[in-house]
Amino acid sequence: MRSKLIGLGAIAAVSALALAGCSGTPSEDDDAPAAGEIVIWTDAEREAAITAAAEKFEEETGATVTLVQKNFEDLRADFIAQVPTGEGPDITVGAHDWLGALVTAGVVDTIDLGDKASSFEPVALEAMTYDGQLYALPYSLETIALIQNVDLVGTEAPATWDDLIARGTAAGTERPFVINTNGETGDGYTMYGFQTSFGAPVFVQDETGSYTNEVGMGGAAGEAFASWLGANGANGTGILSTTIDYDTNNTLFNEGKVPYTIQGPWAISAFPDVNVVVNPIPSAGGQDAAPFVGVQGFYLSSQSKNKLLAQEFLVNYLGTEDAQRALYEADPRIPAWTSLAEEVSSDPIIAGFVASSKNGVPMPSIPEMGKVWDFWNAAESQIISGADPVSTWNQMITDLTAALAG
Amino acid sequence: MTAESTRRTRPTLPAGGSHARNWRGLGGGFLLKLALMALVNALGVSVVLSAIAAESWIILAVSVVLLVAADVIYFTRRALPLKYLFPGLVFLLAFQVFTLGYTGYVAFTNYGTGHAGSQQQAVDAALIQAERRLDDSPSYPLAVVQRGDELGFAINDDGRLRVGTAEQPLRDAGALPDSSSAPASVPGWDVVPRALLLGDAELQEQVASLRVPISADANDGSLRTREGSTAAVYRSSLVWDEQAQTITDVDSGVVYTADPSTGNFVAADGSTLPTGWIVTVGFDNFLRAFTDQRYSVPLLQVTGWTFAFAALTVFTSFALGLFLAIVFNDERVRARRVLRTLFLFPYAFPAFMSALLWRGMLNSEFGIVNDLFFFGADINWLGDPWLARLAVIWVNLWLSFPYWFLVCLGALQSLPGETLEAATIDGAGPWRRFRSITLPLLLVSTAPLAIASFAFNFNNFTIIYMLTSGGPYFTGGAAQLGATDLLISAIYKISGVAGGTADYGLASALSIIVFLVIGAISALAFRQTRKLEEIQS
Repeated sequence: MRSKLIGLGAIAAVSALALAGCSGTPSEDDDAPAAGEIVIWTDAEREAAITAAAEKFEEETGATVTLVQKNFEDLRADFIAQVPTGEGPDITVGAHDWLGALVTAGVVDTIDLGDKASSFEPVALEAMTYDGQLYALPYSLETIALIQNVDLVGTEAPATWDDLIARGTAAGTERPFVINTNGETGDGYTMYGFQTSFGAPVFVQDETGSYTNEVGMGGAAGEAFASWLGANGANGTGILSTTIDYDTNNTLFNEGKVPYTIQGPWAISAFPDVNVVVNPIPSAGGQDAAPFVGVQGFYLSSQSKNKLLAQEFLVNYLGTEDAQRALYEADPRIPAWTSLAEEVSSDPIIAGFVASSKNGVPMPSIPEMGKVWDFWNAAESQIISGADPVSTWNQMITDLTAALAG
Repeated sequence: MTAESTRRTRPTLPAGGSHARNWRGLGGGFLLKLALMALVNALGVSVVLSAIAAESWIILAVSVVLLVAADVIYFTRRALPLKYLFPGLVFLLAFQVFTLGYTGYVAFTNYGTGHAGSQQQAVDAALIQAERRLDDSPSYPLAVVQRGDELGFAINDDGRLRVGTAEQPLRDAGALPDSSSAPASVPGWDVVPRALLLGDAELQEQVASLRVPISADANDGSLRTREGSTAAVYRSSLVWDEQAQTITDVDSGVVYTADPSTGNFVAADGSTLPTGWIVTVGFDNFLRAFTDQRYSVPLLQVTGWTFAFAALTVFTSFALGLFLAIVFNDERVRARRVLRTLFLFPYAFPAFMSALLWRGMLNSEFGIVNDLFFFGADINWLGDPWLARLAVIWVNLWLSFPYWFLVCLGALQSLPGETLEAATIDGAGPWRRFRSITLPLLLVSTAPLAIASFAFNFNNFTIIYMLTSGGPYFTGGAAQLGATDLLISAIYKISGVAGGTADYGLASALSIIVFLVIGAISALAFRQTRKLEEIQS
């Protein structure tokens, strides 16, 4: 009995080892590979474009590039969680406003573009810069702009908010203008162009353009913006309304019930029935309206085992006009590569967004920004629905400052 | 009980025991078992091997124990009950005990943004962030050179060959034929071919971390390479002293000391370096949740609403479901089957879709609810705290009454008909029969489900997140919580995962508190339901 048992155990163990051996063999080679391997995390849209650059790279260096496809929304949290354990990738696609969290977590390496820096849009490099250091290779920009219905109000851009409302009213439609407030939640992002035109940036920028953690939207400028929100909200003209969410906004515009809206390039496909033209956002408070610019790029892991190879791929293969064009074709966003941006501006819609992005500022990438949204959105929503503008706004600044201090 | 008597109680087994142990006959059962166990062992051994590779000793220990246990259990004659229990126990361990244990562990640490790795990684990050390329530094064509174990850089400095190592600052080594290409050969050194360099991860790491001073004065900066073909002059403002556990800023003279209690590098003036590391912080997270006014006051309101929401949801949906079940169980209702099916529709939709649809329908200007039922009045369902709470309860009632309809319908049909008949003969009216017979008997089988439903709705994140996102918001407080936030959505907001500044430690501590509350309520409630069962016996 006992001997039979040991025999069976041995059979099991041997077969197990044999099976494990089959799967284990390739990984043992990792210690002494013929050529290096880099792992890149990407989302579905960009996978094809990176593949093209990767194939060229593999051909010329003999290295292997492994693409791992993930949901874009998961990339940041997964990158922060997995890089410290050594399981993370060498490179990941990401948005610039993740940068503060990535730097604080210590998971990103700096990169050096050298002479190539001059080929990129300055606002894109600024966005990928944190505390004076460049952390990613940018490749695309996105921003919001004023979208107008040519058949109702022509192609001419309104110069100011009052001008916009006058023209919109003259068009004789249901409403002169519509803007997404994300329902009851509020949408500080879409409203930000108007806010900056009152001189109330969300965070103060220092002389190098880096954001400090000092809240900049308090004081008289912020109160003026809040009063403007209140005056155009439920207790005022009613032009701004918390009943508008993303889909309602786009439906109203597409049905020709509104001649003007503010949206990003991602919404253009929701307007198949409208002859649109894109212009910069008009000023409501007298200064230039500066919407947020978002930048996408490629980050390098601080724990990469193949730093030289990854840096080489990033700078010398993805940082070329061909690769940037392939990325644009795979997922058409405004290119961060200047000559390419000029080239695609032959499309008037893209040209409109490019023009709007030139007025824009990068969305703050400091970790504090993550705490701003809820407070900020809620206060705007409450003011639009009729709460006292100045006291609601100042309460929000107080709460926010307290939350950031903790 | 002796072994002999045990054997006698199982007369159906063949003399040799189970088919899975038997060589005689076809032996198919045994071979199948052998194949399955080989798979299990293969899986286990590969887990063990990768645990060794990843140096995760806890996983290694657990998987070795489980693997040995599996082989012992399935290849011995004894431990028959374990043969059935073992798979379940493994899953319990992997999915419940481990998750709970890990949550518990995280609750006692400061894990979150800024505290995501080890101390060494925090040091690396600080040094990376502090090292900058000198503004006026050109890019030099570079060759990586080797002499024995020693690595060095050879650069082309405008036609001059210059060589150096980590210990030996750059020195002039003669002229080069041109001023723009990397040195092809360096006297006294072997040039490392680029293909070899890029193919060897270990060598890459050495080269990436190699710094060659450009002069005897360290403040002039040193050469480093990013991709192995060009070099530039960089200078770091921070110096790490492992012995003293300090990082010194050489420009300002500030010394940052490692603080093992908070997991940060702290200077004398209280300022810290951005990147910290994971340390255990004891009960800090629990204390913070209870004592920090900015969390505890809104959390108290949220807790009250969570209880109200869970209780009201269970009560209203149970009442409506039971009422409809009684009505549609009556044989006098025509087309009962069709109607019953129609009632189940809300149950068949995914809850998050329904919540989103209702969000649109409750819109004060464009919503169908105001247009159709309130004559176009602008009732701001989701903007007023009490209306929003009402809306949440209403939508959840709509979502969950079909479940109770289904459950009650089944329970009603299994009620003993003769008891009710006897009651009727005794002169009890319909209400009396319902109060004294139907409801108590029904509660015996549905009360445990009601408790489960209470626990589920206590954590019903979906409906809150999709319908109101917790709004309308309270003003004041450091966490942006709102009138319809449940504890679970409040934890999600406080953890900050959505905003990118996560505090997993605090979130885990709060989760554990919620778990304890639900556990206590469920235990109490199940004790109460046992009393109900006594009615039946």
